Amino acid sequence: MATVELKSIRKTYTSEEIIKGVDLSIESKEFVVFVGPSGCGKSTLLRMIAGLEDISSGDLLIDGRRVNDLAPAERGLAMVFQSYALYPHMNVYQNMEFGLKLAKTPEAERREKIMAVARTLQLENYLKHKPGQLSGGQRQRVAIGRAIVRNPKVFLFDEPLSNLDASLRGQMRVELATLHRRLGATTIYVTHDQIEAMTMADKIVVLQKGIVEQVGSPLELYDCPRNLFVAKFIGSPPMNFLPGTVIAASEEQARVRLASGQEIVVVAGGAQGLIGAAVTLGVRPEHVRLGHAVENRGSGQVELVEYLGSAAHLHVRMQDGALLVIQTEGGVRVHADDAVTFSFPAERCHLFNSEGVALHRRSSGRMAA
Amino acid sequence: MAGQRARGKSLVIAAVGWVVAIWIFFPIFWMFLTSFKGEAGAIATPPRLFFVPTLESYHEVFQRANYWRVTFNTLGVSIGATVVALLFSIPAAYAMAFLPGKRTRGTLLWMLSTRMLPPVGVLVPIYLIARNTHLLDTVTGLALVDMFTNMPITVWMLYTFFREIPVPILEAGRMDGANRWQEITRVLLPLATPGIASTALLSMILCWNEAFWSLNLTSSNAAPLAAFIASFSSPEGLFFGKLSAASTLAVAPILAFGWISQKQLVRGLTFGAVK
Ligand SMILES: Nc1ncnc2c1ncn2[C@@H]1O[C@H](COP(=O)(O)OP(=O)(O)OP(=O)(O)O)[C@@H](O)[C@H]1O
Ligand SMILES: [Mg+2]
Repeated sequence: MATVELKSIRKTYTSEEIIKGVDLSIESKEFVVFVGPSGCGKSTLLRMIAGLEDISSGDLLIDGRRVNDLAPAERGLAMVFQSYALYPHMNVYQNMEFGLKLAKTPEAERREKIMAVARTLQLENYLKHKPGQLSGGQRQRVAIGRAIVRNPKVFLFDEPLSNLDASLRGQMRVELATLHRRLGATTIYVTHDQIEAMTMADKIVVLQKGIVEQVGSPLELYDCPRNLFVAKFIGSPPMNFLPGTVIAASEEQARVRLASGQEIVVVAGGAQGLIGAAVTLGVRPEHVRLGHAVENRGSGQVELVEYLGSAAHLHVRMQDGALLVIQTEGGVRVHADDAVTFSFPAERCHLFNSEGVALHRRSSGRMAA
Repeated sequence: MAGQRARGKSLVIAAVGWVVAIWIFFPIFWMFLTSFKGEAGAIATPPRLFFVPTLESYHEVFQRANYWRVTFNTLGVSIGATVVALLFSIPAAYAMAFLPGKRTRGTLLWMLSTRMLPPVGVLVPIYLIARNTHLLDTVTGLALVDMFTNMPITVWMLYTFFREIPVPILEAGRMDGANRWQEITRVLLPLATPGIASTALLSMILCWNEAFWSLNLTSSNAAPLAAFIASFSSPEGLFFGKLSAASTLAVAPILAFGWISQKQLVRGLTFGAVK
C-alpha cells in the first residue's frame, strides 16, 4: 500500500528540542510500533507524521513523495486517538460519514462503505447511537471504523487501547491485529504497553528522549538489545543486571567475575579490549535455570515467591546482596527463605560495557537454547 | 440525625435564597404596581399595596411616545450588535483558544481592561466620530458602539467555552479532511452551541439595558427603550405613574426573554463547572 520514510526529522518547541533527528523507513503493509517511556516524544513523532504538528527540519516521505507541507487529509492518513475523539454531536453513522462527505463521496457509495465497515466491527446495531451512549470498547470501534472507512494509505494509532480495561484491551488487541492482516495497510502504532508492542509489531522502534535507541523485530529486540536502555525496556519481568569485571575474553566469549566472586562465561564478541574493565551482565528472569549445574553457577536465598499460575517469580538475594528475579514454571515447590542454586546459560547472557552498549553477539536471530 | 441536619441546612439555604430573591425583585415589583396606580395613587403617602388598578398611565405613555418604534430600534440595536459581535468574536476566540501565541494572554487581558474605563472618558471622541460619519442618531451607529463595547466580553466568554472543547476532536476533523472553515462550522460550533447561545444572550441583555450611549448618541430617530424611559423622567418634573409604566414596558420583553431562556443561560454560564 504505502511506504513511509523519515529522514533526520526534528522537532523544536520554543527552546527545547523534543525529537532529535529520527531516521526510519517503514515498508508497505508493515505494522510498526513506537515504544518508549512517557515524554520520550512518541506522540509528537506520530503527530508530525499525521500533519497535526509542523516538522521543524528533515523530510517526511510517503510513497516516496515529500509531504512535509501537505495538510493531514492530503497525506492519505487516518488516525485513531487515545481519547477516541469522536464527534459527540453526530451519531455513529455520521461519525464515519463525515470524512467521506468532506471528500465528496457520493451518497450511495458512502452508505455502502459505512455498512461494510459497520459489519466488520459489529457496529450495525449502533449506527443511530450518539458516542455518549456507547461503551468504551464500542467507542473505540467507532474510532477505528471512522479511520478505515476512508481507506487510508497509512493508519496512525496513539495509545488506542489505554483507556480500556485489561480484558477488553486483550480482545481489541487481537481484533486490531486481525484487522491489520485483512486490510494489509501500513500501520504506525504508539504504545507504552510492551505486550502490545511485542504481540502486534512487525517492527518495534524504541525511543528515548527524542532519539531512536533501536529498531527491529520484537524477537531481535528481545534477543539482541543494543544497549541497557532497550534491554531494560523490553521484556517482562525486566532483565536482571549484575555488575562485574571482565577477566578473560576470546573472539566469541568473555569470562566475567561478578561482585559475589562467581565467574560467568558469556557468549559475547569483542570483549578482548575490555579485560579488567567494569561491565554489566544481563540475564532475563526466564533464562535463569533453577538447579545444580557445572558452569555459570550461582546461589542465594529466596526472599519472595510470586505465583502467577502458569509461572512463578522467585526473588532471590545473592550472597553479595544483589537481587535476582528468576521465572520458573508455576508448579515449582520453592518457598521463602529456601536456599536455591541456579545457573546462567552462557548463550542467554548479555554483556554491556560501561557506556551501556551491548557487546556484539551472533546476530543469527534466535539462538539454540 | 444526619438526614435531619441536612434538611435543616437546606431549609436555611432556601430561606436565604428567597430573602435575596425578594430583595432583588422588590423594586421591579414596586415599579410594576406603581404603573397601575395612576399619577395620584403613585405619589400617595403612605404608599398603598391594595388599590383599584387603572391603565391610565399606559394610555398616556402610548399617546406621548411611539413605543413600538422604540422597541423596534432596541431590537435592531441588540440583534445587530450581537450578530456582528459574534461574527468577529468567534474567529478571534478560535485563534486565541487553539492557536495561542506568546501575547494571547496579554491581548485578552488588555481587551478586558478597556471595559474598566468609564465610558464618559471617550464620550467626546466617539460623539465626534459618530457625527462626522453621519452615524449620530442611527440604529447602525448605536449598534456599532454597543458591539465594540461588548466584544471584549463576548470574546472572553467564547474563549473560555472553546477552551473546554477537547482539541483531539478538532484534530480528528482535520484528519478527516476538514479545512479551517469546515472545522469551525461543522465541528467546533455545534459543540460550542450552549456557550455561543449564552454569549449571545448576554450580549443581547447588555445591549438592551445599555443607557449611556443610547442617551448620548440618539435623539428622536433611533431612540431605544433607555431613551424612552428617560424621556418620561426629565422635562415636566416627576410623574411616577408614567415613568413606571414606561419602565415596565421597556423591561418586559427582555424579562420575558430571560425567563424563557434562563435554563440555557444558566447552563452556559456554568458550562465549565458542571460539564
Ligand atoms: N506543545 C508543546 N510545547 C512544548 N513542549 C511540548 C509540547 N507538546 C509536547 N511537548 C513536550 O514534548 C515531549 C514529548 O511529548 P510527547 O507527548 O510526544 O510524549 P509521549 O512519548 O507521547 O509521552 P506519553 O507516553 O506520556 O504520551 C514532552 O516532554 C512534552 O513536555
Ligand atoms: Mg503520547
